Amino acid sequence: MIALLAWSALVGTVVLVAGTRLDRVRPGLAAAVAVSAPAATLAWVLANLAGVNRDEPVTTHLAWMPAFGIDLDLRLDALSAVMVLLAAGIGVAVVVYAAAYFDPRDPATARQLGLLTLFGGAMVGLVLADNLLVLYGFWELTSVTSFLLIGDRSERTEARDAALQALLVTGTGGLAMLGGFLLIGHEAGTYSLSGIVADPPTGGTVGVALALILLGAFTKSAQYPFHAWLPGAMVAPTPVSAYLHAATMVKAGVYLVARLAPAYADLVAWWRPVVLTVGLTTMVVAGVRAFRRQDLKVLLAHGTVSQLGFLVAVFGIGTDEAISAGTVMLVAHGLFKASAFFAVGIVDHQFGTRHVDELPRLPLFRDRTASGWLLSDRLAVAASASMAGIPLLLGFIAKEGAIRAVIHDAPPALAAVAVGSALTAGYSYRFAWGILGRDASRPVAVDPARVPPSRVLVLPPLVLGALTVVGGVWPATLDQLTHSHLSLWHGFDTTLLVSAAVLAAGAVLFASRRALLAIGPPPVDRTEGLRPALHRLDRAAERVTAITQPGSLPTYAGVILFTAAVAPVWALSRGPGWPGLPRWVESPAHLVVAVVVGTAAVGAAASRRRFSAALFLGAAGYAMAGLFVVQGAPDLALTQVAMETLSTVLFVLVLRRLPDRFGWGGRGESTMTVRQRALRLAVAATVGISVFVLAVTMSAPQPSTPVSDEMVARSLPDGGGRNVVNVILVDFRGLDTLGEITVLVSAAIGAVALARAGRRPGQGSGLPPLTRLARVVTFDTSVRVLFAAVVMSSVYLLFAGHNEPGGGFVGGILAGAAVSLVYLSRGIVGVRALSRGRPWTVLGAGLLLAVGTATAPLLWGRAVLSAAYVKLHPPLLGTVKVSTATVFDIGVYLVVLGLALMMFESFGDDPSPEVAP
Amino acid sequence: MSIVLAATAGLLFAVGTYLVLQRKLSRIIIGLGLLTHGANVLMITAGRRGHSPLIGSAPTDELADPLPQALALTAIVISFGVTALLLALAYRSWRLSDDDEIHHDDGPGPSTDPSPTDPAAAEAEGEGDEVPHGGGAR
Repeated sequence: MIALLAWSALVGTVVLVAGTRLDRVRPGLAAAVAVSAPAATLAWVLANLAGVNRDEPVTTHLAWMPAFGIDLDLRLDALSAVMVLLAAGIGVAVVVYAAAYFDPRDPATARQLGLLTLFGGAMVGLVLADNLLVLYGFWELTSVTSFLLIGDRSERTEARDAALQALLVTGTGGLAMLGGFLLIGHEAGTYSLSGIVADPPTGGTVGVALALILLGAFTKSAQYPFHAWLPGAMVAPTPVSAYLHAATMVKAGVYLVARLAPAYADLVAWWRPVVLTVGLTTMVVAGVRAFRRQDLKVLLAHGTVSQLGFLVAVFGIGTDEAISAGTVMLVAHGLFKASAFFAVGIVDHQFGTRHVDELPRLPLFRDRTASGWLLSDRLAVAASASMAGIPLLLGFIAKEGAIRAVIHDAPPALAAVAVGSALTAGYSYRFAWGILGRDASRPVAVDPARVPPSRVLVLPPLVLGALTVVGGVWPATLDQLTHSHLSLWHGFDTTLLVSAAVLAAGAVLFASRRALLAIGPPPVDRTEGLRPALHRLDRAAERVTAITQPGSLPTYAGVILFTAAVAPVWALSRGPGWPGLPRWVESPAHLVVAVVVGTAAVGAAASRRRFSAALFLGAAGYAMAGLFVVQGAPDLALTQVAMETLSTVLFVLVLRRLPDRFGWGGRGESTMTVRQRALRLAVAATVGISVFVLAVTMSAPQPSTPVSDEMVARSLPDGGGRNVVNVILVDFRGLDTLGEITVLVSAAIGAVALARAGRRPGQGSGLPPLTRLARVVTFDTSVRVLFAAVVMSSVYLLFAGHNEPGGGFVGGILAGAAVSLVYLSRGIVGVRALSRGRPWTVLGAGLLLAVGTATAPLLWGRAVLSAAYVKLHPPLLGTVKVSTATVFDIGVYLVVLGLALMMFESFGDDPSPEVAP
Repeated sequence: MSIVLAATAGLLFAVGTYLVLQRKLSRIIIGLGLLTHGANVLMITAGRRGHSPLIGSAPTDELADPLPQALALTAIVISFGVTALLLALAYRSWRLSDDDEIHHDDGPGPSTDPSPTDPAAAEAEGEGDEVPHGGGAR
């Protein structure tokens, strides 16, 4: 079974993707490939029919997600077999018909054929699935493929609308159904459909679950009030409509009702009233609509809705007799509805219209024209007669059985069934009369003899029509399949009386059709579907978006920061409580740091000049370095100082190009209103206060041991270094560092890309270059000496870092500072002359080295970032233990150095004539 | 953690926030720098104060907590990368518009421009004409 479904999926995909190419190789090849999927399915189900009829279901099991109870369980029993027969049998007919109907040169043809195959495969999967969640998966697959099929002519507005409406309605119902499946699966302890039906769980939850599942079934089967999407889906080409209506998609809801009804019709008190009310309301309302339509295809569409209501009602009764009757009805409906659609398709295809008023008169009995029309006409008449329920056709057998089941098991519903059936008979007569062109007031000027349908177009309805007749004359052929004893003649009983009355009432309706159609305005099928509602939804979404996404960065940042400040304090207020204020000052140095940092911060905010603001920031940074020294963090202090220096150089390089004052050119600062300023101050104050509260709360004694104790203890034995901070960076938390330098590389690439965008080589920035200090000979000379010294120190820091303060970060920044000296002395030319490697080469090499060191242990089957040591004995230095962590740190060093080089490459002056100081 | 340092962190956060809420990109950059300092004060004072975390320089339990230091070191370097990127952004903005002010984004509207070759999109655009685009406050 799984192979069968996989074959359908494969064939569908191949035709979908390569169908046009197949047709180019040989016309009709795509259709031939496509038909192999339903044909194989048909052959398989026919081969298994005997066993299934002996109540020996074919099952297959493939473990998928056993932990969640989701397995690929497939099961072919009697009901599934009927459904598969329909889906595959009519699938073969539809694909053959479509091959003749569509223009093979149109690329859409292959697409439609492929989608039809996928659609049919999904339907077969749906009726075979024994696991509720697998069933749901196939259920949604049919929704999605039908969406694609209906909306295939996407250049047409109504096709898009209809497809969207179908998807929204069935998709929403499908989600409700999924909820129902989960609930009922939880209550039953299994997702096995057969298991649930065999031992149905009960209770309040199950009631809710059933209501949700029925909602899904009703939307799928276009039951009132979810019926509108099915007539809307008429915009699809006729082969698609035929398949959609006769054998797939809409029958899924009916199938689900048929599955659950035997278990729940007696168990749940509201089941029968609800299902029968919905089904019969649909049957009658849609029957009236179908009777009033002039477009034959739309008439059939409403007719399908009506018949689906009938099917839901009959299956909903849930007794053995009703299920058998429903099954016969299902087969009969599939056969006559497909034939009827094929017939409409033929006239539409040949005449370009399917409107009752416009169809030319066709011969019925005398063969004046090509034999194609003769066959086609008789088939159309046979299909509508079967639809009406005229004896000697399968439709009569089905309707009789259904009426009998209703009389036995749900007598109150008889009146509605009779009315609905009379309407069905009425519109069936109208359909037959109309398709023969007997009701046309202004027929199109086409001679039917000149446009006979091709034989291939007539073949599929011919086969289906033959089956309808065989089933109607020898109904016993269906006995095994439907587990009943069907016969044409049951004697004079109530059922026969009702059948006869229904046919007569239908005839009366037909006879008085002109008077009936004149009542009220002509019916209109609005094709815009859900468009107004969707439009309103869009508008509402736009308004909501305009409120939540005003496009203002300060608003976003304000909301985020405010939330980030308030939420933790709120959480704290529910915690253990306020620990009390700590000491005022721990060390006099703290007071100095606090004063300098505070003053610098306020100065940076109050400054009206960009440059002074940047200098204030720098001052705060140096003061921070002081704090790090006091706290016992020499690595931090070193890094901070070097970084602050480099930052200041960076600010100088960039800000000299920007206007000195913030409020330059009369824009900016002054535009802020008092209210805006107050709001910003309020947010800022809230953030500050909550940080203060958090800091104080944090200082409360912690009961737990900090994780860093472990790091200190293991630094030397495991990390091989005495500088714990550095060991954490390059070893314990090496992966974090790897991520971090990746961020640095990205930032550097981004910065250089932004800065150099639009700049051409050799073209200056248009600004006067910085005055070169190189003219001062003493400076130039001292730079040469200093550069060597600083670079040496940076290398020392890099290698010493594992045991002494230092490391790749500090070393790299210091090397960057050395580069900045060169820049001051000799400009960008001097910086470029330092090495042949460009900044991005250095960055890339660093990152590559770090990643390589990190991943190399994988080659030896060890974890990422595992460290290894080598003892070396270089001359002069004695014994040196080289760790792979050091190599990693070299990568970090190179990345940071590359970042500094990048900075000058981005913002440094291009070579241009020097200006005298 | 002492009151003075907690207040310093609070002040850095408050001033940083105020600057981040401005429209000038260069002020936002300064604000982010101050926020980084504030976060570092919090981090470094959250750990134990003591001798430099070098094994052997002092008894183990007198060493400063190394973990917040490693985190703060990372923060300092990342902050530099962010500053460089944002300064490049400010520079680019200045070159394009003679200003480094961050303007409002345009309000929500059709997210993609319909290409003229696509009749469906062109049709949708025609239908959408009467819809006023709900723009944000400008």
